[in-house]
Amino acid sequence: MATTTAPTVTDLSSTTRDGLGSSPRRPDGTLKVTGEFAYSSDMWMEDMLWGMTLRSPHPHARILGIDITEALKVPGVETVLTHEDVPGAKRYGLEYKDQPVLAFGKVRYKGEPVALVAADHPETARRALERIKVDYEVLPPVSDSRRAALDPEYPLVHEEGTLKIHEEYHQSGNRVRYQPIRTGGFRDVAGEKEREREVLDALRARADAVVETEYEVGMQDQAFLGPESGLAVPEEDGGVHLYVATQWLHSDLWQIVPCLGLPEDKVRMTMAGVGGAFGGREDLSMQIHGAMLALRTGKPVKIVYNREESFYGHVHRHPAKMRFEHGAKADGTLLYATLEIIVDGGAYASATPAVVGVASSLGIGPYEVPHVLVDAYGVYTTNPPCGAMRGFGAVQACFGYESQMDKLAEKLGMHPVDLRIKNAMSQGSRIITGQELHSPLPMADMLQRARDLPMPVDRSELPDPSDLRTLPGGVAGTTHGEGVVRGVGYGVGLKNLCFSEGFDDYSTARVRLEIVAGEPNVLVHTAAAEVGQGLVTVKGQIARTELGVENVAINPSDTRVGSAGSSSASRQSYMTGGAVKMACEAVRASVFAIARERGVVPADRDDADLSLAGGKLVSAADGVLTSLADLLGESASGGTVVEETREHHHRPTEMIDPVLGQGSSHTQFGMCVHRAVVDVDVELGLVKVVALDAVQDVGKVLHPQQLAGQIQGASTQGLGLALMEEIQVKDSEIRNPSFTDYLIPTILDTPPMRIEVLEHPDPHAPYGLRGAGEPPTLSSTPAIVAAVRDATGRALTHAPVRPEDIVGIDL
Amino acid sequence: MRVNVNVNGEDMTAENVWPGESLLYVLRERLGLPGSKNACEQGECGSCTVYFDGVTACSCMIAAGQAEGRAVRTVEGLAEEPGKGSDRTLGTVQDAFVEAGAVQCGFCTPGLLVQTDDLLERTVGAGKGAPDDAEIREALAGNLCRCTGYEKILDAVRLAAGRRAESGAAHE
Repeated sequence: MATTTAPTVTDLSSTTRDGLGSSPRRPDGTLKVTGEFAYSSDMWMEDMLWGMTLRSPHPHARILGIDITEALKVPGVETVLTHEDVPGAKRYGLEYKDQPVLAFGKVRYKGEPVALVAADHPETARRALERIKVDYEVLPPVSDSRRAALDPEYPLVHEEGTLKIHEEYHQSGNRVRYQPIRTGGFRDVAGEKEREREVLDALRARADAVVETEYEVGMQDQAFLGPESGLAVPEEDGGVHLYVATQWLHSDLWQIVPCLGLPEDKVRMTMAGVGGAFGGREDLSMQIHGAMLALRTGKPVKIVYNREESFYGHVHRHPAKMRFEHGAKADGTLLYATLEIIVDGGAYASATPAVVGVASSLGIGPYEVPHVLVDAYGVYTTNPPCGAMRGFGAVQACFGYESQMDKLAEKLGMHPVDLRIKNAMSQGSRIITGQELHSPLPMADMLQRARDLPMPVDRSELPDPSDLRTLPGGVAGTTHGEGVVRGVGYGVGLKNLCFSEGFDDYSTARVRLEIVAGEPNVLVHTAAAEVGQGLVTVKGQIARTELGVENVAINPSDTRVGSAGSSSASRQSYMTGGAVKMACEAVRASVFAIARERGVVPADRDDADLSLAGGKLVSAADGVLTSLADLLGESASGGTVVEETREHHHRPTEMIDPVLGQGSSHTQFGMCVHRAVVDVDVELGLVKVVALDAVQDVGKVLHPQQLAGQIQGASTQGLGLALMEEIQVKDSEIRNPSFTDYLIPTILDTPPMRIEVLEHPDPHAPYGLRGAGEPPTLSSTPAIVAAVRDATGRALTHAPVRPEDIVGIDL
Repeated sequence: MRVNVNVNGEDMTAENVWPGESLLYVLRERLGLPGSKNACEQGECGSCTVYFDGVTACSCMIAAGQAEGRAVRTVEGLAEEPGKGSDRTLGTVQDAFVEAGAVQCGFCTPGLLVQTDDLLERTVGAGKGAPDDAEIREALAGNLCRCTGYEKILDAVRLAAGRRAESGAAHE
């Protein structure tokens, strides 16, 4: 990985081994390679029961009755529960409390939970599920997201009316949120359809090139490998202890508690090992169900979804239908853009309002466009519920605006990189919400770097060009090189990092310093979810760098410390990393105060003269003053233990207004640029990605190896969305709920991925860092699709690209 | 029914097995060996890969009864000098995966470790030298990873192959 150094806010050079900027081994690595790391599906107790969920076979139906009599008779069954057994609130949800714990009245998607069973064996539970009789009156699916957004006559998914949480979201009918944005000439005529059309016509007349296209992005699955699972253990005080895999323990807790009708201190949550998340664990799955079964039976209850159930058990990436129009002058200068973006939220809102907020505010991407009109809608349908997935909202929009840039460049006879550079934003630019980009955005430089990266060798220069393993279709032998055309494409994406729109997603860290066996030891305690990204490593690096202590242990994440917020929105290094940094600074200040109290520090030395390094208190002027061991004393023998807890808040953000869509809604921005090189079998529609190279600005590199892992992993998920990943939904039913039929990239599908990392610090962020996990997911997809367009000359308006799109067959 | 199976060199017996259970379920839920993972339970992802009489296989696709009298080696049996508690020495492949950053969430890791161990046995171990990238990709094509994009996994396999070749040379 090449790294380009820019001036930094904080000098991270540290004498402490395994501090920031180095790549120490991850502390959970050993357990993960010996098989001993306890994931949520590995939880086990001697007398535990197995819980299982009865799910609706219909996307849309009225429930006329549920009869559990026969199920209860199955030997080994301990209990069967329905909505009548939900002890507290009947609904929960991330943003709107619109999702039933167990369905009542109606089911709104195929796979919606209707009843629960606890039994002595999974097979017993499965047989009991078969014996629950549910009397359904089947209703027609409400599956067309465009009609849900725009047709007031379309049947309602929630007949009782939309929950009015935010009046400014324009909630009505099947609309979960409608967000308009109007800038330039559209600003003064906002909402007046006729006058908006006149402005648009005038802009069209001024443009030398206009491109207008409809795009679709398919429903992508997070496809984390560890299925939804966990163990609920009843406790003697009438409460319950949940061992689950989640992205945000406290958000789970705050949703679970009202439904169980228990006070918050009766529900304890401990993070079990998380087998990947990518947004799919922001919503609850088995948490309340497991707790209900455990509380009812008085026994521990384990629930593990299988892969098919997992496809029904979590939300997916919103599929999008988008109409983009761009106009430009002959020299490539963008003049105007109009966007209609409709994202399908499915049966329940989940993160849909936030997805609309991102898709609209970042709808035109990192380009200077003087006149913009955006209409973005998130809607209810009876399709599978959609919510958070890596890069949400921004991924869908990015496929649209980047495809438009390529189309415009082609129309104007420009190189696609030149057109992008011509219109590139930079520090000080304002996005369409009026928000200023307050920190460096070296977009033009990044594009140039991507263009200058070395190209993979031409097919003819390969040692053996007929080696099937280098060809689309691989060893299936679908081609020996005939019909194979190479293409190159570029993509750029702009992503908001941390939560937006007024949300205070703070994080809490507790750091403890004490002397054990003569050595200083640090314990870092947060509730943050380690989902694989490596936060657990970074927390330790921060403590080592800040406190100059090598022995750092990470306390398991639980709810005995304050909220850490979610492991999403690329925010944990920023938010929880920042909280750990603050708590370490407080510990350090306490150590300095103790040292002064005990007369170790010369009176004329202020704190700026002091530091902690190598387990010692050091004065810049006088050298080593004392060891921490001597200063604090052995904790087991009454020595001093220094412990500090701090909350880290990012700068406040604001809602964008409901009429013009103006406001500084985002905390931080991240950018990645991709260049993709593909070989396409233009006769069979098969694609081999030859190279997928990235240039990303991360502000500051904390752990070079884990950073590369984030960028390459995100790029590969973007590759999946470009070429193979789509949950096929017909009449609101998923047709491919398995890894046999829903394909994610294998090692054969994934090319070498070169990375160039830039470090232009964000002065507002801890260490100047920028969240890094999401931006590559945006740019990878359009870069690959652009490369396939370059090879084939096809328009390719649907992601993922399907073989029939490449060969031009209308199926 | 009762199933007798040798796991990682130890004879084990699982009682009261329902005939529909898989070897994966028996390992995880009855024999206290949850290292083999339940990602898809339909033979597509490779997370539950074990050696079954010396041949790698998805343990989710093997009925419990088929394991009667067979020898199974799981991720828990990969350490070359197991049983030393916190001082345990990791196997070459295990160590390389951690060192190279090939482990993120780690759910695919046990299956990849077994499959990589097998690849290196068939190449380096058989005196055929280190596998090239195309061979590594073919060998690991049945193991899905959602976190890494596979680049660090390739690094880990190359690292382990090099080290195994070195230690093999040292023994000669």
